[in-house]
Amino acid sequence: MIGALLFRDIRLATRAGGSAALALAFFAAVATLVPLGVGVDLRLLLRVAAGVLWVAAVLAALLSLDRLFQSDFEDGSLDVIALSPLPLETIAAAKIAAHWLTTGLPLTFLSPVLGIMFGLPPAAIGVLTLSLAIGTPAVSALGAIGAALTMSIRRGGLILPLLVLPLLAPAVIFGAGAVQAAIDGLSSGALLFLAAFAVATTLLSPFAAGAAVRLNLAG
Amino acid sequence: MFAFANPKRFMDASSALLPWLVAATALTLGAGVVLGFLAPPDYQQGDTVKIMFLHVPAAWTAMMAYGLLAATSLVSLVWRHPLSDVAAKAAAPLGAVFTLLGLITGSLWGRPMWGAYWVWDARLTSFLLLLFLYLGYIALWNAIEDEARAARAAAILALLGAVNLPVIEFSVDWWNTLHQGESIFRAGGPRISGVFLWPLALSGVGYTLLFFTLWTVRIRTEILERRARSLLLGVVS
Repeated sequence: MIGALLFRDIRLATRAGGSAALALAFFAAVATLVPLGVGVDLRLLLRVAAGVLWVAAVLAALLSLDRLFQSDFEDGSLDVIALSPLPLETIAAAKIAAHWLTTGLPLTFLSPVLGIMFGLPPAAIGVLTLSLAIGTPAVSALGAIGAALTMSIRRGGLILPLLVLPLLAPAVIFGAGAVQAAIDGLSSGALLFLAAFAVATTLLSPFAAGAAVRLNLAG
Repeated sequence: MFAFANPKRFMDASSALLPWLVAATALTLGAGVVLGFLAPPDYQQGDTVKIMFLHVPAAWTAMMAYGLLAATSLVSLVWRHPLSDVAAKAAAPLGAVFTLLGLITGSLWGRPMWGAYWVWDARLTSFLLLLFLYLGYIALWNAIEDEARAARAAAILALLGAVNLPVIEFSVDWWNTLHQGESIFRAGGPRISGVFLWPLALSGVGYTLLFFTLWTVRIRTEILERRARSLLLGVVS
C-alpha cells in the first residue's frame, strides 16, 4: 500500500503539470543567471560555486513543496488516503520519499553539469553530487513538515520558505562546506555532519509531518 | 498548572501580581542603569563596554523567551491546557523584539570591538536564525484562520525550532567564533570583575522581569480580546 501511494505521487509529479521538470528548470535557470550577474570570471565563479549551487538546489527543491499535501487536501483525496490502515506518519514518509525521488534526485543528477559550468575541478564535482545526494532528502523531509503545517492556508506557499529555510541552514552550511573543502583540497568532516543531519531529519520528520496532517484533517 | 486554566482565575491572579512585577522591573532596571553609568571604563574597550549591559541581557531574554515558547507549546500539545497557547502566542512577538534588540546592540558593539558591524560566525548566525524562527512562528499564527488549528500548528513549529537553542548556546564552544565565549557561568567562576558583573546581573534580572511583565499584560490582553470576540459573536448570532 505504501508502494501504491509512492507510485501515485511519483506519477503525479512526473506528469506534465507536475513538479519534477520545474525543479530541474529552476536549478538550471539560477545556475545560469548567477554568472550573468556576478561576471563570467571563472575564478570568481569557482569561489562562489559551492554556495550558489547548494542554495539553488535547496530553493529548487522547495518550489514544489507547498503542493505536497495541499493538492490532496483541497480535493479531498487526503481524507480518503487518511482512511487507509496506514498510519499518517507512513503516509507522510511516502510523500517525502516521492518528493525526493522526483525533485532531489534529479537535481543531484543535474549538478555535475552545472558544476562544470562553474569551473569546479572533478573531485569537487564528485563531492557536490555526493553532498546533494545526501542532503536533498533532508530538504524534502523538513520541507514536508512545513508543507503539512501550511496545507490549509491559501497561498501557504509564500510562508513555507520562511518556516523551512532557517531549519535547513545546517544542510546548506555543511553541504557547501564540504564542496568548498574539496575545492581547496582539504579534508573535512562536513559530509559526515551532513549525513547525520540528513539521517536524523529524514527519520524524525514523518512524525512531525504526521502530527501536522492529523491536526489539519481533524479541524 | 491547571489551577490557572480558568481564565477568570488567571485574570484575578495576574491583576494582583502585575503591580509588583512592574515595581520590581522598574527597581532592578533602574538599579542596573545607575550602576552601569557608575561603572568605570574598561582598560581595553573604554566606555563601549557598557553596551554589554544592554546587549547581553537582551540576548539572554530572547533565548529564555524561546525556551518558554517551546515549553508552553509542549504543554499546549500534550496537556491541552487552554491558556498555554494564548501564552505562546503572546510570547512570540516579545521574544522577536528582544532578539532584534540583541542583534542591533551586538552589532553596535561589534563595530568598535571587532571593526565590523556583522560577521558570519556561528553565534551571530544562529542568533539571527532565532529571529527568523520567531517571525515564521508569528507568520504561521496569522496565516491560519481557525484559532485552534493555528495554535496546534504553531506549537509543532515552535518545538521544531527549539533545536536551535542549544546550537546558539554552545556555538562558541563547538566552532571557532569571534564572539566571546562563556565568561560568567563557568567552572572557574566568572571572569568579569565585580564592578561590571553587578550592573550586568541587575540588568539581566531587570530584562527578565520586564519580559514577564509584558508577557502577563499581553496574555491578559489576548484573553480580553477573545472574550470580546465571543461576546460579539453572541450578539450577532
